[in-house]
Amino acid sequence: MPVDTSPEKAIYVLETGDFQTLLDAVMERGHSIFGPVLRDGAITYDALHRDTDLPLGWNDRQQAGSYRLVKTKRKTFFAYAVGPHSWKKFLHPPSDMLCAAQRIDDRFSINEPDREHPRRAFLGVRSCELHALAIHDKIFTDGPFINEAYRRRRQDILIIAVNCSHPSETCFCTSLQTGPRATGGFDLALTEVLTSGNHHFIIETGSAAGAELCARLPVRKAARTDIEAAEKVTSAAAKKIRRSLNTEELRETLDQKFSDPHWGQIADRCLACGNCTMVCPTCFCSTVEDTTTLTGEHAERRLKWDSCFTAEFSYIHGGSIRSSTLSRYRQWLTHKLAYWFDQFGMCGCVGCGRCITWCPAGIDLTEETRKLQEKKFVIRRTNGR
Amino acid sequence: MAGKRKPKLAVWKFASCDGCQLSLLDCEDELLAVTGVVEIANFPEASRRVVGGPYDISLVEGSITTPHDAERIHRVRRASKLLITIGACATAGGIQALRNFADVDDFISIVYPSPQYITALAKSTPISDHIPVDFELRGCPINKYQLLEVVGALLNGRKPNIPPYSVCLECKRRGTVCVLVAQGTPCLGPVTQAGCNALCPSYNRGCYGCFGPQDSPNVAGFAAVLEQLNLRHDDIVRALRGFNAFAEPFRKVSEAYEK
Ligand code: SF4
Ligand code: SF4
Ligand code: SF4
Ligand code: SF4
Repeated sequence: MPVDTSPEKAIYVLETGDFQTLLDAVMERGHSIFGPVLRDGAITYDALHRDTDLPLGWNDRQQAGSYRLVKTKRKTFFAYAVGPHSWKKFLHPPSDMLCAAQRIDDRFSINEPDREHPRRAFLGVRSCELHALAIHDKIFTDGPFINEAYRRRRQDILIIAVNCSHPSETCFCTSLQTGPRATGGFDLALTEVLTSGNHHFIIETGSAAGAELCARLPVRKAARTDIEAAEKVTSAAAKKIRRSLNTEELRETLDQKFSDPHWGQIADRCLACGNCTMVCPTCFCSTVEDTTTLTGEHAERRLKWDSCFTAEFSYIHGGSIRSSTLSRYRQWLTHKLAYWFDQFGMCGCVGCGRCITWCPAGIDLTEETRKLQEKKFVIRRTNGR
Repeated sequence: MAGKRKPKLAVWKFASCDGCQLSLLDCEDELLAVTGVVEIANFPEASRRVVGGPYDISLVEGSITTPHDAERIHRVRRASKLLITIGACATAGGIQALRNFADVDDFISIVYPSPQYITALAKSTPISDHIPVDFELRGCPINKYQLLEVVGALLNGRKPNIPPYSVCLECKRRGTVCVLVAQGTPCLGPVTQAGCNALCPSYNRGCYGCFGPQDSPNVAGFAAVLEQLNLRHDDIVRALRGFNAFAEPFRKVSEAYEK
């Protein structure tokens, strides 16, 4: 996590016409930039070099199980919410080599892969995503067992956050205090301000690296009115957020409703496809896969994203301990919203809404949680499902 | 394996298009490696040379559609230590199992000028309906990397990495934008077993279900999603009646929608 070493955060104004100077300065610092680009009908995170690579003028319309892009006449830079990709694909890649082995006569040697140590910049990181990064930082690098591959990939990332102006219909960060305004964990945070006659970015520094970058840009110090205009953008965004999750006593409620028949109603719709876990920026589960060449001379061990929605995930000797979709959905939701607290001392959900939008069946965890919360708690005999 | 005789591999064909066998030929570079570690004892697509059984590994392509084949598959089983069925025909009855939903005699009388010479079973059935099968490799056709994976795993005494979960996991791992959610394209990925590395969505098309049902298929729930996409009942029946139409989870729901 970048440390705020600047004595005071500074706030500047950068005209949209000068946006490329920011990208150039970042690249001159040796970072390759990844950020939002248009691809196959969605806004994904991929490499970009020019401001024109950004989805200029595009909005998104998101609903449970549906995502559509809409082109507008305005030249907005960041007028959309998060898409199907998250930053975990860079820091905790879907498939990652752990080690390789080579047979030499009747012995073998083990080779560790060259650990990547790329200098990357993430552009357009939203507040909910900063919280997701903080969750992964904690899980992978805090405690007795460090994920070295993650640590190395993470250490030199420059983060340019963007405060949200256009939350989607599936966003609910306001319920979890994770957005829409970035409050820390960034090098720079931008707010896009578009009023009649004005189109510029308010840039807030969050680290020495961020301050250093600003010193090389054609910026001016923000006036009080500029700062107020930026604050208006994020407070208006917060008001647009419709979805919510009531976190009050949620852990206890979910414990009590462990055997509620409502789980069965969700399971009737759930396809056990695993999309929700793949798109979730905090889901981190992986499996380890060993492969060999035909001759057995060479073997590889890879880490691959896994999902608690598969039967194999909970396979132990003799079978899968979560054989029903009911038990898998319940595992997923209760881990996110309840047991994550026991495990890591925080909530496992940051309210980004991806699992709602990208669920083919349109299952909405906020809606399902609400239904469980509304039901009266009755002690019932269960068959132990 | 060092110093021992090379295991004998045989390839058998039943009612099929030969596409799965061709996947073995399609291994090209790897084919040499395969012949380096196994003796190809019977593979009519590649060579006329036939080495007698018993065989260490038999790959069986095709479904059972005639009384003669229903008999022959038992001989193949008796001659094989490990028997692996390859492809949708051998594991689910194949595209020819579409006839299972109608009367085969009606087809025969329309298609053949002298129907009296045709002896066909009423249904096209998977190999596992007739004999015990040691491993099933899905796909229409199979994926050559999966074939090499299974052969490699057997030769090296390890578990093959052939995941039975949904295509969606592969699709998301490779970063494809979901065509169902972003375009409303009907895609069978959520109910279909992985194995092709989510090929069709990466070309902007929905999955056709070549690899048959995943191990926890909710086909009824999926059909409800297709209804939300405004597919008519007969469209839903057609979507489920492809190469794996006779696989039970697909068959049950397509029959329910036919009513
Ligand atoms: S959840 Fe909040 S922070 Fe995340 S994209 Fe939506 S509005 Fe922005
Ligand atoms: S559970 Fe859903 S809303 Fe919460 S962080 Fe994961 S994808 Fe986002
Ligand atoms: S909740 Fe939705 S995305 Fe997740 S496994 Fe079920 S159907 Fe798939
Ligand atoms: S495109 Fe198809 S296979 Fe890919 S995630 Fe969407 S539904 Fe699944």
